[in-house]
Amino acid sequence: MAKARPVVIHGGTLIDAASDRDGEFDLLIEDGKVKAIEKPGVLKEHAEAEHIDAKKQWVMPGCIDLHVHLREPGEEWKETVQTGAEAAALGGFTSICCMPNTKPANDSAEVTRFILEKAKAAGASRVLPIGAISMERKGKQLAPYSELAKAGCVAFSDDGDPVADAGLMRRALEWCLMLGLPLSCHEEDRNLSCGGCMNESPRSLRLGLKGFPGVAEDVMIARDIELARFTKGKVHICHVSTARGVELIRRAKNDGINITCEVAPHHLLLDDSCCETYDTAFKMMPPLKDNEDIAGLIAGLKDGTVDAIASDHAPHDRDSKLVEFSRATVGILGLQTSLPLLIEMSAEGVLSRRRMVELLCSGPAKSFDLPYGRLSVGSDADVIVVDPNRTWRFAEEDIRSKSKNSPFVGRDLKGLAVHTFVGGRHVVVNGRLASEMALNTK
Amino acid sequence: MVDHLLGIQGLSKSEIYRYLDTAHSFVEVSERDIKKVPTLRGKTIVNVFFEPSTRTLSSFDIAGKRLSADTINVSIGSSSVKKGETLLDTVRTLESMNPDVLVMRHSESGAPHFASRYLSRTSVVNAGDGAHEHPTQALLDLLTLRQHFATKKRGLEGLRVGFVGDVRHSRVARSSIWAHLTLGNEVRLIGPNTLVPTDFAKGAFGTDSVRVYNDLAKGLEGLDVVVSLRMQLERQEEHYVPNLDEYSKEYCVSERMLAKYAPDSIVIHPGPMNRGTEISGDVADGPRSLIRQQVTNGVAVRMAVLYLLARTVGATEEVGHG
Repeated sequence: MAKARPVVIHGGTLIDAASDRDGEFDLLIEDGKVKAIEKPGVLKEHAEAEHIDAKKQWVMPGCIDLHVHLREPGEEWKETVQTGAEAAALGGFTSICCMPNTKPANDSAEVTRFILEKAKAAGASRVLPIGAISMERKGKQLAPYSELAKAGCVAFSDDGDPVADAGLMRRALEWCLMLGLPLSCHEEDRNLSCGGCMNESPRSLRLGLKGFPGVAEDVMIARDIELARFTKGKVHICHVSTARGVELIRRAKNDGINITCEVAPHHLLLDDSCCETYDTAFKMMPPLKDNEDIAGLIAGLKDGTVDAIASDHAPHDRDSKLVEFSRATVGILGLQTSLPLLIEMSAEGVLSRRRMVELLCSGPAKSFDLPYGRLSVGSDADVIVVDPNRTWRFAEEDIRSKSKNSPFVGRDLKGLAVHTFVGGRHVVVNGRLASEMALNTK
Repeated sequence: MVDHLLGIQGLSKSEIYRYLDTAHSFVEVSERDIKKVPTLRGKTIVNVFFEPSTRTLSSFDIAGKRLSADTINVSIGSSSVKKGETLLDTVRTLESMNPDVLVMRHSESGAPHFASRYLSRTSVVNAGDGAHEHPTQALLDLLTLRQHFATKKRGLEGLRVGFVGDVRHSRVARSSIWAHLTLGNEVRLIGPNTLVPTDFAKGAFGTDSVRVYNDLAKGLEGLDVVVSLRMQLERQEEHYVPNLDEYSKEYCVSERMLAKYAPDSIVIHPGPMNRGTEISGDVADGPRSLIRQQVTNGVAVRMAVLYLLARTVGATEEVGHG
């Protein structure tokens, strides 16, 4: 393969929370790395390089999503590693961590390697597998953590099946502490959530839908905080959705416990009133909450309690959503909407621009101890160029995923990743996949 | 654009009275020797029940037949274990046979609302969805109350109505609460914290005029209407009540309690009753009970609902002739 041409991105506003930069900088990509970051004009002599004019645009580290579902192996009609990785690249995500709830579950090196091979063949964003905490995610027997780590897993999780057995959770934390890898936990006490399909509230009572009380999440967060305190292991809390959960994590952090957490954009932008019409597009786990919880989540975003935005990208085919609310699959797509939705929140003054970049890049990197999410000389060239002022209506045709289950279809979005570089590879060019453009020219 | 009756929530006072007035004119049909009018001749009504039911299904069936409609009853088990055709495929298949009305009972809340969005030519009548609504039951309760209070020279408004028992799981209660709130009546919910959570009082119905009582005596005080709700055995296994004995000691609607705290009240119950659990035999069979009138009125109310949804537009509003 011929050596890729160097690329100079000039004229843009470079925003990088990790190096505390927010200003006019030009950036040189060479040999897959960030070769130079300079004041405007300095990199002009690179005449052999491809020049990208980023005037009025943002240059950011590629975003990292700690929580996606790629459905391969096992449910390839919903999503594949390739379509997921391509959706990620189009959405400005250069690294995505995929949950182990595949069929079979990712509880062996074979499955991990299979996913990584698919990802390599896809040639889009980086795919970083998350291994299972227990065999088949059944909560009975520990998964082979060392084998999984050697094969490439960056964290462990039983995903939507919370680890009910506190004793097993303790040993898992102790083992993974040796590997320096976090346990990423979906927090739910099933005896409390009890088949609930929407937030338990006056509204769920009126609608006659089984309520899922916020406390089902809070008690498990509290348990895992205490187990992390006891074992000194590393806990990452998935999709925190309650104000009380944020408060528990805030206190744990003040106590010096090794804990991080993520929040999903839909929990910030949608509330449980969306369930009024029994529209299954708004069915997710944890369920959408009320304004009080949303205010708690936003407070956590602002004060640093929340480390990362993660989409919980959950592709589901149309048929599995075209049923009674209580019987519908849970979850929505997220990879192509997270960045624009965060830009919207930032434009509305909810978050600073710097904090937004932190939540999408360096925060998630720090949570899973990943070497990405920052722009410094010598780092891997995971870079995106974002047009923050581009307004566009999100249409089903824009969705790269195999499934189309997004409640944001039809919504006007603000901001779009126009260029995505993954390890220096120019994967998205002017908002389109480079691989597709190459095909079209053949 | 076809009309549906999916719930009482959102109906105006005049719409409620329209159903009741129409039902009133149908009451007499069922008292005739020949219990049939030609009003819906040539119309087809499909009663599709995804949950077992005896009284509601037979009531709808009789109502349709007394209006001369062709009625077909389809009973489909809806246990999620029995995986078969989807709800949507079932109702679309039925719609392809061009019925005028689909009467639907389903164990999951919102199922008829979901189905109605995908039907273009067929009116949907909700015959009970999960723990959400059961609009024809609320209307027949109102018709029964209206008849009773007319004899006392009172109307349906300005009443104090108390629901006793498992409000949490009751679609009958939800539909009736909406109706009584629309009519401006005082609504009380009476039962243990587990079955009548305080969240009901916190704006669940868009008003803070719904009051929750954990104490039966206090809740009954001064009521005009007591609605006793069915208590199901499985609530014990789900930890909502310690056992049915403990429940009935605290919450059974008995003549002793009514005589003491709500001496002028009348009692209704949507059925089927668990005698000795939520209602005592002396109440069910006593002079306060309007339970059998409820069942009789069920047919008239369902005739009214079917008539208003299925009649040929432009036809005269006069009913009962023939």
